[in-house]
Amino acid sequence: MKIRKGIPVIDQHDKNYMYGGKFGGNFIPETLKKPVEDLTILFEKLRKNKEFLKQRDYYFKNYVGAPTPFIKLNNLTNHLGGAQIWAKVVAEANGGAHKIYNATVHALICKKAGKKYIVGDTGAGYAGKMLSMAAKKFGLRCKIFMGAKDIERQKPNCDAMKKNGAEIVPVHTGSKTLVDAVSECMRYWVSNCDTTHMCVGSTVGPNIFIKICAWSTAQISRELIVQVKQEFGKIPKKMKLINCVGGGSSALGFWNSFMDYNKNQVEMIGVEAGGPKNSKLHAAPLSTNAKVGILHGAAQYVIQDKEGQISNTASISAGLDYPGISPVHCFLKDTKRARYTSATDEEALHAHQLVTKFENISPSLEPSHAFAEAIKIAPKLSKDTVIIVNSCGDAKKDRDILKKRLGKKI
Amino acid sequence: MSLIKKAFQICKKEKRPALLTFTVAGDNTHKNSLEILKSISPYVDICEMGMPHNTPVADGGQIQNCSHRALKNGIKIKDIFKITNQYKKFKFAKPIILMGYFNTIKQFGEQNFINQCKKNKVDGLIVVDLPWPENKNFAAKCKKKSINFIQLVAPTTSNERLKKIVRDSHDMVYYISMLSTTGGKLKVAPKKIIQNYQKIKKLNKNKNVVIGFGITEKTIASLKKADGLVVGSALCKSITDSVNRRKKPAIAAKKMVMKLKSKIA
Repeated sequence: MKIRKGIPVIDQHDKNYMYGGKFGGNFIPETLKKPVEDLTILFEKLRKNKEFLKQRDYYFKNYVGAPTPFIKLNNLTNHLGGAQIWAKVVAEANGGAHKIYNATVHALICKKAGKKYIVGDTGAGYAGKMLSMAAKKFGLRCKIFMGAKDIERQKPNCDAMKKNGAEIVPVHTGSKTLVDAVSECMRYWVSNCDTTHMCVGSTVGPNIFIKICAWSTAQISRELIVQVKQEFGKIPKKMKLINCVGGGSSALGFWNSFMDYNKNQVEMIGVEAGGPKNSKLHAAPLSTNAKVGILHGAAQYVIQDKEGQISNTASISAGLDYPGISPVHCFLKDTKRARYTSATDEEALHAHQLVTKFENISPSLEPSHAFAEAIKIAPKLSKDTVIIVNSCGDAKKDRDILKKRLGKKI
Repeated sequence: MSLIKKAFQICKKEKRPALLTFTVAGDNTHKNSLEILKSISPYVDICEMGMPHNTPVADGGQIQNCSHRALKNGIKIKDIFKITNQYKKFKFAKPIILMGYFNTIKQFGEQNFINQCKKNKVDGLIVVDLPWPENKNFAAKCKKKSINFIQLVAPTTSNERLKKIVRDSHDMVYYISMLSTTGGKLKVAPKKIIQNYQKIKKLNKNKNVVIGFGITEKTIASLKKADGLVVGSALCKSITDSVNRRKKPAIAAKKMVMKLKSKIA
């Protein structure tokens, strides 16, 4: 399996939409074949359309707020001693996380497709919140599918969705988390695909949703590569891009523009959810030798049992609590372009504490997993190594969990 | 000739559509699901049996309930084959079609799965999330072992796709009546469904085309022009109701199937 240069990684699939002949594809019910094909044709047209690109850039600049800041975390760097730690503060985007890019693009596509209804899934509630924002902005009716367990633990985002006029559909099946929300959302689309546009909240699902999402979040690295060159005059000789991965949407956006650099120069590190310490319910298919299976329409490394039943996972971070992972990340793992590891709930909490103690940013529990890895490796690295962490979400949504676990008020 | 094809021939002679049922393997227990199959068999032409999966993307609430119950009771693939094997020894045994999601087969091993099907006298397979052309390879492997791979066709299927799907199909084609997961309320006029059905028949009148999704005691008679009609969720609901009332699900299922049969006989 080989990754090619000069071709966007999302386009490196074969005619069956498989990456490396092994990951992805469209394992979907017949009913969805046509809507998926229609969407594929529409998106391929739109991404080449100058007018559409102009529109995207306009909303990214004036609605999402581009570029998001790129800052050095001086105090944290001094405290740890070793590599320089920087952050791309994507949490500064409108709504407080990277999910706004995908939501905005889907709302624009929905308009172009002439549909008035948009539905989506959400775990941490950010994808849902952003979709409800975008729907409101573009005059679309919106329904969000969310696991009952997640509704409980991510209340602030649910409040925001309701305020934006979206209907939240609680999902009570299975583990009552993201995996069930995505299933229910797909089932809803099977029944309503003639009138309704579906937005998958991450780089998972049938191929076209992976593409649209990664194409949207790519804005992050389009900004970052310019910011890095401005700051250092060139791409530093030793750079590490650390990102948390659940479905993998922020990481793919954060890495995209750096894909063609040699991995010895620009290393990409994905950090999965290790779950509670000593737990076996890791939501970490890439760092725990999971087998390839099919989940939500795509082949991927997925946490499952011998019979092919998808296993329950557990993580303090609802956004990473997903048994599967983007097929593109599977491809990056097997081609060795990216390296994947995991951080436990406790390590993420500790990282959140340390970062907020020293710096004026407040990463949510998802990017706190990425910070945990940065904190782990920075002291062992030379001072000319540049670590950049994607601080892709804001901790406001986690106030209840943080209060419970750390006795802390935000 | 395959047993599936034969079953349709018998129905044609009797000038009625074939009655196909769907129940979930291992629901609510291994024993009961076998009992259910046996009790309904005298009135049914082909039995579909669901292989429960815990992240189904095309099943409605009723079938999800049954699958959940079966999984909770610990049903495994090897048990499903055991059920078919035991069932096939029964006097009134009908052709049996296993229906499920591709990950179940992938983890078991494609060829291994097909071999076990053969060994345990499974007549056909429906794989919900393995559409055409993704299913070409697998369907060919099934054909080699004389197992019917059943192609699905939906209202959204384009004419061009339809032609190719029917061309590549084996003895039976399954037409999904409407845009819905299983067990939805029939939201399309039966006349319209029959029109679409005839479109498929016109392409090749030798293929047996069955209609499924949203078929109940109330709606079944209106679709009896078809080669076959599948009742799943309505039957699953009667099983659930019976289990909840601590009664014998095999009796409830039999009652319902007899009623269904009387409407189309």
